[in-house]
Amino acid sequence: MKPNVLIVRTAGTNCDKETEFAFNSAGARTSLRHINYIKEKNDFSDYQIIAIPGGFSYGDDLGAGKIMSLEFIYWLKESLSKFIEKGGLMIGICNGFQIMVKTGILPDLDFKQKVTLTDNDSGRFEDRWVYLSTKERTGEKKVKSIWLKDMPQLISLPVAHGEGKFYANNSILDKIEANGQAVLRYVDRESKLAGYPLNPNGSLNNIAGICDISGRVLGLMPHPERCIFKHHSPLWQGQKSEGYGLRFFINAVGFFK
Amino acid sequence: MICRIDVFPKFKVSSPRISSLIKDLGFKKQIEVYTRKVFLIDSDISLKDLDRLAKELLIDPILEDYTISQGILQPSAGSQEILITFNPGVCDSVALSFEKALKDLNLNPKTTRTARFYEFRGLTPAEIKSCAAKVLFNPLIEHIVEYDKVKDIQNLDEFSGSSYNFDLITIDILSADDERLQAISRQGCLSLSLDEMRIIKAYFQNQKRNPTDCELETIATLWSEHCAHKTFRGIIDYREEDKEGKVIKKETIDSLLKTTLMKATNEIAHKDCVSVFHDNSGVVKFDDNNNICFKVETHNHPSSLEPYGGAATGIGGVIRDILGTGCSARPFASIDVFCFSPWHISYKELPEGLLHPKRIIKGVVKGVRDYGNRMGIPTVAGSVIFDQRYLGNPLVYCGTLGIIPSEKSNKRTKPGDLVFLAGAKTGRDGIHGATFSSKELDEQTVGLTSAVQIGNPIEEKKLTEAILRARDKDLFTAITDCGAGGISSAITELAQGHGVEVDLEKVPLKYTGLSYTEIWISESQERMVFFSSQENLDELKKIFQEEDVDLTVVGKVRDSKSLILRYQGNKVCELELDFIFNLPKLRKEAVWVIKDEVDYKLKEKHDYSFDLKSLLGAPNIASKDWILREYDHEVQAGSVVKSLAGIENLAANDASVVRPDLKSPKCVAIGLGINPFYSDIDAYHMSALAIDEALRNVVSAGGRLEKTFILDNFSWGSPAQARTLGSLVRAAKACYDFATYYKTPFISGKDSLYNEYIVADKHISIPGTLLISAVSVIDDWQKVMTADFKQQGNLIYIVGFTKPELGASEYFRLNNLKQGIVPKVDRDKAKKIFSALSKAIGSDLIESCHDLSEGGLSVAVAEMCISSDLGASIFLGEVPAETSILGYEILFSESATRFVIEVKKENKDKLEHVLRGLDYGLIGCISQDKKLTVFNKEQKEIISLKVDDLRNSWLDTFEEFRK
Repeated sequence: MKPNVLIVRTAGTNCDKETEFAFNSAGARTSLRHINYIKEKNDFSDYQIIAIPGGFSYGDDLGAGKIMSLEFIYWLKESLSKFIEKGGLMIGICNGFQIMVKTGILPDLDFKQKVTLTDNDSGRFEDRWVYLSTKERTGEKKVKSIWLKDMPQLISLPVAHGEGKFYANNSILDKIEANGQAVLRYVDRESKLAGYPLNPNGSLNNIAGICDISGRVLGLMPHPERCIFKHHSPLWQGQKSEGYGLRFFINAVGFFK
Repeated sequence: MICRIDVFPKFKVSSPRISSLIKDLGFKKQIEVYTRKVFLIDSDISLKDLDRLAKELLIDPILEDYTISQGILQPSAGSQEILITFNPGVCDSVALSFEKALKDLNLNPKTTRTARFYEFRGLTPAEIKSCAAKVLFNPLIEHIVEYDKVKDIQNLDEFSGSSYNFDLITIDILSADDERLQAISRQGCLSLSLDEMRIIKAYFQNQKRNPTDCELETIATLWSEHCAHKTFRGIIDYREEDKEGKVIKKETIDSLLKTTLMKATNEIAHKDCVSVFHDNSGVVKFDDNNNICFKVETHNHPSSLEPYGGAATGIGGVIRDILGTGCSARPFASIDVFCFSPWHISYKELPEGLLHPKRIIKGVVKGVRDYGNRMGIPTVAGSVIFDQRYLGNPLVYCGTLGIIPSEKSNKRTKPGDLVFLAGAKTGRDGIHGATFSSKELDEQTVGLTSAVQIGNPIEEKKLTEAILRARDKDLFTAITDCGAGGISSAITELAQGHGVEVDLEKVPLKYTGLSYTEIWISESQERMVFFSSQENLDELKKIFQEEDVDLTVVGKVRDSKSLILRYQGNKVCELELDFIFNLPKLRKEAVWVIKDEVDYKLKEKHDYSFDLKSLLGAPNIASKDWILREYDHEVQAGSVVKSLAGIENLAANDASVVRPDLKSPKCVAIGLGINPFYSDIDAYHMSALAIDEALRNVVSAGGRLEKTFILDNFSWGSPAQARTLGSLVRAAKACYDFATYYKTPFISGKDSLYNEYIVADKHISIPGTLLISAVSVIDDWQKVMTADFKQQGNLIYIVGFTKPELGASEYFRLNNLKQGIVPKVDRDKAKKIFSALSKAIGSDLIESCHDLSEGGLSVAVAEMCISSDLGASIFLGEVPAETSILGYEILFSESATRFVIEVKKENKDKLEHVLRGLDYGLIGCISQDKKLTVFNKEQKEIISLKVDDLRNSWLDTFEEFRK
């Protein structure tokens, strides 16, 4: 089955078209819809995947993703719960991740915010490439994220954000780690946990992305949709490796085959 | 009831950023600053609901807490606190988003407003006030809330509200003598000359009536330097003199624009030019389905007064130019170029009324960042120039490229069309912006607060999406942006050829109190005007509603050849379009005094390692990663060659390459040429060198001249000075001579004049600064070229001839030398070199390519080493040059049209075959050790530096801006 992807946009969303392009390249059908339209329908049953792309929803004027998260909570709580419970996949990239965290879709779907993504330690917006480890820590319960299937242990992707520092109190953080939900971490090229700038925002435990217990819902600060073609990678000339961004989307589409 | 909600971190931490800004002012003591976000709400919302909204909407529950109180200020214990808020009428975008969110919660406030709260430790109240104005807020857009004045305010509207009752104002010019005419222009801030005022008087004598204020304002706007480019379109009596004042050459130029820039384009008659010099941007062919368009604007005056807002509205404005091209193009990349004063100046040395360059630099960068990033348009390339003369007049060039379906590249208008106004509401923003930019700045204009604005990028983002959706459904036939002059110039220009009627009371307002004239000339940001027929009304409304964008019909196109404005049924303006659009030609005098260039030789040294390190650290050369990283340069996923590539390395490239359409393998390279220092010797050569640099950039990235188009942006001093205008004429003439020869047409351009500042009766003019932007269409992204060395053992060539041309070069300026020969472009050789390089790159004979610009050969090779973390050995004896040339001259000369290229050994013969007949030399190879070593003609080592040392010098200069 060719899955149908709903890409949610609103005022200030700005990575919607390339996210759609990435899903199309991976073989999915897509519909790119404004939140005002989605709110009217209030029904996700036509879709297998929901994606919240990056951008600055409502300017991030009251904090990154804040207003959009309220819209999810106020209007779409039931239909979204139903969608996820029925086995749908969901991804939030950058601002999408911020929205999912503030809505309370991640780390668990209970519409209560438990973790946050806050101002980078550098105090600035930064666009740079980072190395990411997809390896679980030893001895942990292994959550297998569908989105990261067959991914090499070390990949690189670009980040571009001002509010990407993953933060949670110790007990929440321990639980996330114990569950193995921290599926993407900022590392150096030897896959060791790195400091600034390779950890571009000062995230606790170098967390770049987390998934839910089922592995079907993923939120991440880096932008896989910006690493689809060879030319996206920095210094791609003279290099053989392709970017691994497309793999995220292929995995999601492959899940429904 | 007014309530105040304060939001602050749970863990109270002093802001290191603000403390360090204050310490910069000279405070030695320990200072702590704590900040809070403050929301003021005027509403009937219960305290319980306020508590809910604070909890749910305003805080990050993991990290923040809040307090709610009644009234604007809490009586505070000490007075080491200040609250800063926007001035009446200034756009408060956070408040707008706040109100939107409140509506989501079914709460409806009357008004909201945001403020910033600062609490200090270690400063007296007087010290707080004095440093706040220097580093915390700009009085042109913000103020400190004073408790005494606001404690009795019943509702927030009292901050800004006023009412307006219609009263038609006419200006008596029929009985005015010359003196009175000039006074009318001056007092009304119209920037109209006496000659122009006389012509206006004659027009109304014919009409047998006096003009209304609105009519005069309309004429002033459409005849302003900003809208009409009076200097470039006027008549110039030009002469060239020798040193003794003898006239060598005399010429009357009827329109500098038509006799140089447009003339070049007309003569070249490039088959890919689709729409040039008449729409809001230049349009050229991209592929069979799409065209691309490019526009570069300046926003100098506003940026000097309010750097953040000036730069933000600069980028916002040029994006609207792209949206307003044809039937609307989608913006896909932006560029920005800044000219600043060096920032190591103490506050004591800073002339009264000027902002500190550090504040300007940070504000401008932040302004472009916040607007460009929020718009989702990658800012992919730029350049920064430092010179003291930009202290009072920083330059901010903003450019945007768009992609547009071929069949939508032109506009159609017809009588009967409705006039739609879309986007933000209209306020008292930027009134007199058009006429203001046509004046020199002095301490008085600095006080003209309403000409300064800040933007709201989300409003523009929404507008963009709504317009492009409407475009894709063919729902309008003509569109333009509201820039300088607001709807007055937008509607009038779009209706040119027909006629139009507008009902001004229909324009949606931000607040009450605007007169009909203020509505007409307001320059509120984020608005567009388009024409469409009645039958599309419903569908348009549906789209705009879903996107949350205001859309209003404000008038109708008529076949009347006149502009008629009404306010509540009263006619307030009736002007014939023929009169408005046939403005009188100004006559100006220009002189160019021929200067002798004096060669200068320095004593040769044994070692130039230190000199090279100093050059790499020179502000014009040192790494600008700290700016580029703050820009989202990868959004839209079109990035092919980044200005700065690398994960751990910083690899600098000459041009940026972007794919505007991911379904097509085609891409565009964007190059920028700017070097105002050469203007100090001869603006003609400066201009030729700017073109050379922009073309070098795109050619080194894989572009070809046959598919390259250029744009001109002149920023100059006052054209009222004959010598200043003379150098402008010289520069424009070079544009014609070189563009025509290379067959690279100008597709768009803009000028910003009067970049002068008067301080203590002294005129400070900027150097004549021409920015040339080049865009080149490349057929296949796999054929592009980058500037980082690829492989140890590969050969290094130089292409082009080196002369002892160090006049105004980085090296001479580093040594404080004013003499020297300015580089001259040999256009015949240059064209051949460009073409040979394109061929070599297209045939995969080159591994990396970097052009030689500021700092010459040594800096170019050093940058290629830094980019790759590879070393190189270079032999100056192999560089094609005059035999008498000295070692440092080969190292640092800025002779034009030269490149360093990297070639695999197996491609040596093939490459040399392509380069036969041209000047080239095999000057070295990529070495085993990570070191740059340079040998002079006598084979003596004169530079030996580790790549890490090169990199550190290149990075150190701007370290404080990375913090």
